[in-house]
Amino acid sequence: MDRVFKALADPNRRKLLDLLRVDNGQVLGDLSKHLDMSRQAATKHLKLLEAANLVVTVWRGREKLHYLNPVPIHEIYERWIGKFERSRLRALYDIKQELEKDYEK
Amino acid sequence: MKNKSQFVYVTYISSSAEKVWNALMDPEMTRKYWGHLNVSDWKVGSDWKHEDASTGDVRLVGKVVEFTPPRRLVITWASPADAQNKEKHTRVTFDIEAAGKAVRLTITHDELEPGSEMERGITRGWPVVLSNLKTLLETNRAMEIKALFEHAHK
Repeated sequence: MDRVFKALADPNRRKLLDLLRVDNGQVLGDLSKHLDMSRQAATKHLKLLEAANLVVTVWRGREKLHYLNPVPIHEIYERWIGKFERSRLRALYDIKQELEKDYEK
Repeated sequence: MKNKSQFVYVTYISSSAEKVWNALMDPEMTRKYWGHLNVSDWKVGSDWKHEDASTGDVRLVGKVVEFTPPRRLVITWASPADAQNKEKHTRVTFDIEAAGKAVRLTITHDELEPGSEMERGITRGWPVVLSNLKTLLETNRAMEIKALFEHAHK
């Protein structure tokens, strides 16, 4: 679990996860286009995410595809969120989303 | 490659490959961490179905594509309404590999229609099922699956 928090502690790595959430299964080249960093730096960040099991890679021919793996985040959720809190937290989250959407307009 | 989506989920479980493999099919196990039973004779080409453990309702159907214990299980996966509609059949691959003292379980779900109800369902469902399977095998008790699914399906 230390690795997961360490991996999530960096805004660039969170950005990489955001990019994969929108479009899962991307190659390094596609991901780099959205990042303000070198390919080498991006590779290093992806390696850390992979070590934390937040990113999973799959080879398709010569292409290395990166997938977001939310399972460790779900484990964090299971550890600290009680079952009776779930629906209330969901409702709270939905309200926040709804209000912030209107506010941005 | 067709314009279909794919998701990959991985969990590391402190257990043996045989125990993880068994947990995919054993009704007493799946009842606890999945709330469903996977019913089939597990021969390649046979049908399998995913039944609600409490009501017996069939939620998913498909065929057994590959059955290589305790390493790899490949099944097709569709809602019962699409049983005859092959275009709507998705595919799930379970891979079990040794990873040090633990086992790496990889679930690859592909042939999905982007934006479909099925895609929405499985992306919420798999993280729940995997982390619950891990909890069950490592601690011998599962979270209450019903509460988890009610949340996941909202």
